[in-house]
Amino acid sequence: MSEKISLAHGDGGELAHKLIQDVFVNAFRHFEQSKLDSAILSCDADKIAISTDTFVVSPIFYPGGNIGKLAVAGTVNDIAVSGAVPHYLTSGFIIEEGFLLKDLIEIVESMATEAKKAGVSIIAGDTKVVEAGSADGIYINTTGFGSIKKDRIDPDKMQAGDSIIISGTLGDHGIAILAARGELGIKTELKSDCASLNYMIDAVLKTSDKVRIMRDPTRGGLATTLVEICEDFHVSMEIREEDIPVKREVHGACDILGYEPIYLANEGKIIFIVAKSDEQKVLDTIRDFTEGVDAKIIGEITDVGSSKLFLRTELGTTRRLNRLSGILLPRIC
Amino acid sequence: MQEIIDYPSNPELAKKLLVKLLALSERYIDKYGRRPVIMEVCGSHTMALARTGLKSILKDHVNLISGPGCPVCVTDQISIDAMIELTEGENRIICSFGDMMRVPGTKRSLMESKTAGKDIRVIYSPLDSVTIAEENPDKEVVFLGIGFETTIPILAATLKTADERNVKNFSMWVTTKLVEPILRTLLDSKKVTIDGFLLPGHVSIVLGKNSYNFLVEEYNVPGVISGFESVEMISGLYKLIEMLMIDDIHIINDHKKIVTDEGNVYAQRLMQQYLEPVDEAWRGIGVIKNSGLDIKKEYEHLNAKKRFNITVGEPRKTKCRCGEVISGLISPNECSLFAKSCHPINPIGPCMVSTEGSCAAYYQYMRED
Repeated sequence: MSEKISLAHGDGGELAHKLIQDVFVNAFRHFEQSKLDSAILSCDADKIAISTDTFVVSPIFYPGGNIGKLAVAGTVNDIAVSGAVPHYLTSGFIIEEGFLLKDLIEIVESMATEAKKAGVSIIAGDTKVVEAGSADGIYINTTGFGSIKKDRIDPDKMQAGDSIIISGTLGDHGIAILAARGELGIKTELKSDCASLNYMIDAVLKTSDKVRIMRDPTRGGLATTLVEICEDFHVSMEIREEDIPVKREVHGACDILGYEPIYLANEGKIIFIVAKSDEQKVLDTIRDFTEGVDAKIIGEITDVGSSKLFLRTELGTTRRLNRLSGILLPRIC
Repeated sequence: MQEIIDYPSNPELAKKLLVKLLALSERYIDKYGRRPVIMEVCGSHTMALARTGLKSILKDHVNLISGPGCPVCVTDQISIDAMIELTEGENRIICSFGDMMRVPGTKRSLMESKTAGKDIRVIYSPLDSVTIAEENPDKEVVFLGIGFETTIPILAATLKTADERNVKNFSMWVTTKLVEPILRTLLDSKKVTIDGFLLPGHVSIVLGKNSYNFLVEEYNVPGVISGFESVEMISGLYKLIEMLMIDDIHIINDHKKIVTDEGNVYAQRLMQQYLEPVDEAWRGIGVIKNSGLDIKKEYEHLNAKKRFNITVGEPRKTKCRCGEVISGLISPNECSLFAKSCHPINPIGPCMVSTEGSCAAYYQYMRED
């Protein structure tokens, strides 16, 4: 097989067949489904959760992961935070002519590894190759399917006093990617936090039946995600600056670059909003997972009916937080 | 080194000092019948004061007004138009700091030029633009060099690098500003009362404490050189008001770990070697004599203004009041455009674009609705 991806790998002919069999089917093990134009699935559930996401991260390989791992974990997390159990993923690839075959294999293998870790199967896919210059290496779309047997979260029950918990330190992914791009002249040992967290989420839901809502604070970070919850569900919240977990390296990079950790992207963190009575057991459950050891209770719902997010600063004053706006950020997911 | 990197974030100490600052400023108000007026010269202080909540906490005690120390904000619209015009030529790569990208010119912004297909690159270190020039020998590479004395030595170092490596296709469009002339202009204009200056730690590393002596000797106005953490800014404000209360006016270096009396002599020499004083136009303020530096004649082969024939028309009049904001005459929300037609996604003036701009700070951190 040639060393680089050529247009012929995407033309539906001999080379395309060989690529699909040798690389994708071999890694994803979907021998049966790949024989038909659709994957046919049976499903024992009251409701189905579907989520789709397209990944264009640059660089494609970075400390802590690559675009393939991200494409699986990102969609698995989107399904899981909806209260569903993720089962299946589809994957669509747009590959630039000239992309190294060994890089594609590495990406696909890390997708298979991450899918196995998350307990999901990749059951359908598509590959297109575009002319050199028409894309930046590789883009991946994944669509996830999950099942809901019984509703396990209820955002409408959010009430004043409910606790806001974050599963770990903020901004690791954002800064790791910025540093990996090498354009900012900063070096760091930081790794992206990219991880599938469906088992953590499942454990939390088994621990507490008073989980109101869960979200993964990806682009726009913690602050933007919380503003969205405030506006969508008409609640106000306050988070405490001194309780928000941020690694020292992330603080340092933010100081230099003028960013705020609460607006940086994460790919392996979950926000849980839970009844105050259950906060400790939920926190303990999260901390049982390697990805959750730095989890903290960072604030609470303060009002129902209004829709504002406030930050209590270290000096004890509060200020309103708004969506991330107008800051130049490169492609991070 | 480590203690310089891990800056003193000490909320408990800051809270205690804050109580003392509030009490002291109340005594000032009792004595003088009004709040003390302190100008934070630098945009980084404006941002830090807003982000930490200090601007809000102190609003009834200290009148903190934002000064002119944000390089993007004070860049005249004609200069911005010229930089955008520069992108129009064929076979050019324009390198810029990120903040400049969305500043609207008369017709468009650099970002819009980039969207239209021009090769405009955001870089973090100006030295990268020399490397880009070496990697693209068939293209003209121009760096848009703006900044105060904090940045100017790096621009000079970039010129030095390009000169020593004999990079023929590199040039710089220099529009820099100096701290002393603008402070003199503000004080001479007497349009705004300034009781004291919170002076920026980073620019003072280059300039040194002695560069501010004129404030005391000629204007009898005190200054404190301060860092950007809450505890440092509170300490700086406390010392300023204390000096005013006992009428003992001088410059205090509250950032001694890294700021010396003479400043960074090597950086100063580098600036003097490549650059010379020129009259500069400040947005909304006008031309101030010898208020900027531009490339010396002997290095004019590196000067983009000499290399390219750029002509720009008259700037379009807008209702933007950035000029008054950076002179401390109005606060951002007094501008009729603020948070209405002018916001970070669609900025009309540079104060809303720059991450150090007063309007952006106000929009991001102090807006309640």
